[in-house]
Amino acid sequence: MNKTSPERAISTIPTLEARGVSKVYQTGALEVTALGGVDLSLFEGELVVFLGPSGSGKSTLLNILGGLDRPSAGAVYFRGDELTQFDDHALTLYRRDHVGFVFQFYNLVASLTARENVDLVTEIAINPMSSDDALGVVGLSHRMDHFPAELSGGEQQRVAIARAIAKQPDILMCDEPTGALDIKTGITVLQAIEQTNRELGTTTAIITHNATVANMADRVILLADGHIIEVIENSSRKRPEELSW
Amino acid sequence: MVMTFFKPLDRKLIRDLMRMWAQALAIAMVVAAGVAMYIMSEGMLRSLGDTRDAYYERYGFADVFAPLKRAPNSAVVRIENIPGVRRAEGRISKVATLDMPGIREPAQEKILSYPDKDHPAINRLYLTEGRWFRPGARDEVLISEAFAMAHGLKPRDKVTALINGRKRDFEIAGIVLSPEFIYALAPGAMFPDDLRFAVMWMPRSMLAAIFNMEGAFNEIVLHMEPGANRDQVIAKVDEVLDPYGGIGALGRDRQISHWYLSGEMEQLENMGRVAPPIFFAVAMFLLNMAVSRWVELERSEIGLLKAFGYSTRAVALHYVKFVMVITAVGYLMGAIAGTWLGRGLAVMYQEFFHFPFLYFSMHGDMYVIAASISFAAALIGTWHAVRTAADLSPAVAMAPQPPTSYRRSKNDRWIKKALGPTRMILRHTFRWPVRSGLTCIGISMGVALLISAMFFQDATETLIETQFTMIERQDATVSFIEPKPQRVVENVASMPGVMVAEPYRYVPATLRFGSNERRMFIRGIVQGATLNRLLDRDLKAVDVPKKGVALSTKLAEILGAGLGDVIEVDVREGRKPTLLLPVTMISEVYIASPAYMDLKTLNRALLEGDNTSGVHVMLDEAYADDFYAMLKDTPSVAQVSVKETMLQAFRNTLEENINIMNFFNTIFAVVIAVGVVYNAGRISLSERARELASLRVLGFTRNEVSYILLGELGLLTLVALPIGVVIGVALAWLWTLSLDTDLYRIPLVISSATFGYSISVVLAAAVGTAIITQRQIAHLDLVASLKTRE
Repeated sequence: MNKTSPERAISTIPTLEARGVSKVYQTGALEVTALGGVDLSLFEGELVVFLGPSGSGKSTLLNILGGLDRPSAGAVYFRGDELTQFDDHALTLYRRDHVGFVFQFYNLVASLTARENVDLVTEIAINPMSSDDALGVVGLSHRMDHFPAELSGGEQQRVAIARAIAKQPDILMCDEPTGALDIKTGITVLQAIEQTNRELGTTTAIITHNATVANMADRVILLADGHIIEVIENSSRKRPEELSW
Repeated sequence: MVMTFFKPLDRKLIRDLMRMWAQALAIAMVVAAGVAMYIMSEGMLRSLGDTRDAYYERYGFADVFAPLKRAPNSAVVRIENIPGVRRAEGRISKVATLDMPGIREPAQEKILSYPDKDHPAINRLYLTEGRWFRPGARDEVLISEAFAMAHGLKPRDKVTALINGRKRDFEIAGIVLSPEFIYALAPGAMFPDDLRFAVMWMPRSMLAAIFNMEGAFNEIVLHMEPGANRDQVIAKVDEVLDPYGGIGALGRDRQISHWYLSGEMEQLENMGRVAPPIFFAVAMFLLNMAVSRWVELERSEIGLLKAFGYSTRAVALHYVKFVMVITAVGYLMGAIAGTWLGRGLAVMYQEFFHFPFLYFSMHGDMYVIAASISFAAALIGTWHAVRTAADLSPAVAMAPQPPTSYRRSKNDRWIKKALGPTRMILRHTFRWPVRSGLTCIGISMGVALLISAMFFQDATETLIETQFTMIERQDATVSFIEPKPQRVVENVASMPGVMVAEPYRYVPATLRFGSNERRMFIRGIVQGATLNRLLDRDLKAVDVPKKGVALSTKLAEILGAGLGDVIEVDVREGRKPTLLLPVTMISEVYIASPAYMDLKTLNRALLEGDNTSGVHVMLDEAYADDFYAMLKDTPSVAQVSVKETMLQAFRNTLEENINIMNFFNTIFAVVIAVGVVYNAGRISLSERARELASLRVLGFTRNEVSYILLGELGLLTLVALPIGVVIGVALAWLWTLSLDTDLYRIPLVISSATFGYSISVVLAAAVGTAIITQRQIAHLDLVASLKTRE
């Protein structure tokens, strides 16, 4: 395992491991294989980008790793515990205590202000940072008392990131976090994600179909037709502001 | 496939309806409840009205009744000569008692003369069984059907009557119904008791012979010319009959049977006016909520349709059809249920009222009106939503809707103190204040409806409690055919089993104050009465004032007289003195609207000795049988009424009816509560599915997420309950106002059991509905929620 940059050390301890994970959707008489036997490890503190076209299975993989979905076959381990053996309640606790999610469409609660959206998570987390700090990380200290309807798309997504990191998760899962945003806004959102990864050492997985985003990763995992077709280890990570598309 | 017969949009409609069947059914049920209530009450009202009018018309029910002491037959012509009188007939009306083996006390009997042959023009009889009098037959009678049925009497059976001091056997020739006794109430009784009250018709010649009334009569019945002024006719009749001991003619409106029947019809009419609008309003609101939400969900589809070139009208029509289908299903269910309920009600009424026939008549226009109201309410309720949908421009419709904008409200300071999920509940509730408010009121209507229906039972219990344990405390009352000197009280007191005997006097009189007057009986009561007491306005027992007259609250209201006012009393019996009496007390009583005087003062004013109309007695139950047996052989007894048996008869009928009504009202309340809560839950769930699923993804458990959705419903339900109680009490109060007649009044009394039951039923319905909604939360698709955007 290469060290990507001299000042940052990526652990060799895997946070998440997937072994032979496959997912088959049964739609009527038709079987659709979304994932066909995937093996991979996510190590502590690394930033991984999953890259692939629509239907490549990247979202399905993320959903399984994040405890939102169950594989048809194979096993997923979180720090040695087999996630795939968890019941619904244990999976809920796994998400609550260890995983932070950022969605393409933000999924903020419209009836709560930015701060209150973050509070939602800090109220149930074990060792959260304060909501104010989390919003400070994403640069939204001055917009904390606004409702989602009063925020721009980029701001809403940054609130979503603050909400995801406030619990100080072990893993941050971002599904097309810039998919609904323009370039400039997208970069500020990526900055927030990168900063979290760098400063808090949170294992981070980003799903994107935008190849440029891959340049900010430690590792890039390319998917197509439900299989990992290539893993690229970047010798150096670009900072988000250096990206352009 | 059936589906291919439909246009694509209609196919979409059918599939949408099938998908939303539970929600659609919940709304349809509310429409159905409104339609059913309307058809039942309106149909019954018309059935009673039609039947009554036809019955009156065919059997010549009299317009005016005038009892008197005795007049020669020639006086009839003088009555007929009064302008406005079309025809008049004299008849003999007497009372007697019957010795029936089935009951221990003598049954009360009203005897009326009937022409020996042919039929009268006024108050003809309807023969249900047997035959009319045989010419020249002796000791034959016709008997009222209710009494015959209660005792299993058949034509040719014999009955023994104690009539004018003599026991006589009569053979039943026929069993009859009369338009005068649709509601068969014994004189002075409060509730009908078919076992103890008989009406008998005897050939005029025979009755005249028994009572020495040959060539004479003691009651006039008459028909008026159409359009004649009844009050003028009555005044003239009184003038003519005055020398013959007339005690005051009564219009049809004061005839007991007609009076009670009209009261019942008025009650039905009120029911038809109050309940259905509540259901239609709730249905309107539910349809509005459901369609608004549906349209919001289909924004992009609407945009697509319009982009394809569907016209605004076509889009509007699509949603209108949706509303129409739900309403039509509700209407059909309601029309069927209403007809069925109406038929059931007709059977119930047939037990109470004695008509030769009573069918639930299904007037076509009633069904048309119900349909028009249902569809109009549905269209008005959904008009705004449908217009909004149809008017969307394709470009706007296909763009996603911006997030719901929430703003800080005045309540924000305390909302902020709540935890996140609770905060979401509160913000959502206040974000849609109109919807939250209407949901609240909708649920509260369920509670209100139950309270206002069930309160009748409480009020009746209180009425019975007040009337029969505080005012009338006697076990039985013996009344005499003619007033008797007061020493008969000692005779009664010495009869077996009598522990207390208390005399009373009833005197017919006209009470006048200013321009108001009332014909009625003044009740004479002894000082220190223990069996028949007066209550003051605080329902405390008091003695009758020694001087002046005590008026019941209702009578005081009718006359417009208060304490200290001097009223004019025209006594219509004996020497017929006119008295000027000060009102010295106002007394509370729920049944009838009597006036009371001290017995001694009354007798003195009448310039009579110590006379008494009857005696109230308290009995030692061990000797009661002997007491009643003795009365069966005592002449001069007009009537023996036993409180317990009368109450029992009343309760039996009432309880059966109340149980049926409570059952249906409970169903109606549940329909409302389930309809409102289920719709609110479904709509909230659909609006917030993505939000709730996001929370599940963030690590909220199923119960925590359910709390957000159900917490809102719970909050609205909790707020709705006290509102429902207030509306229910208000509706009950309106009922007491609309039933405030001089026949009876019902007190505004609602037991905690009624409150408890009403609240519990609605709460249970809400909780049951919440459980169903909760199960739907369990099936939220987490993955889909990440991707989809509303």
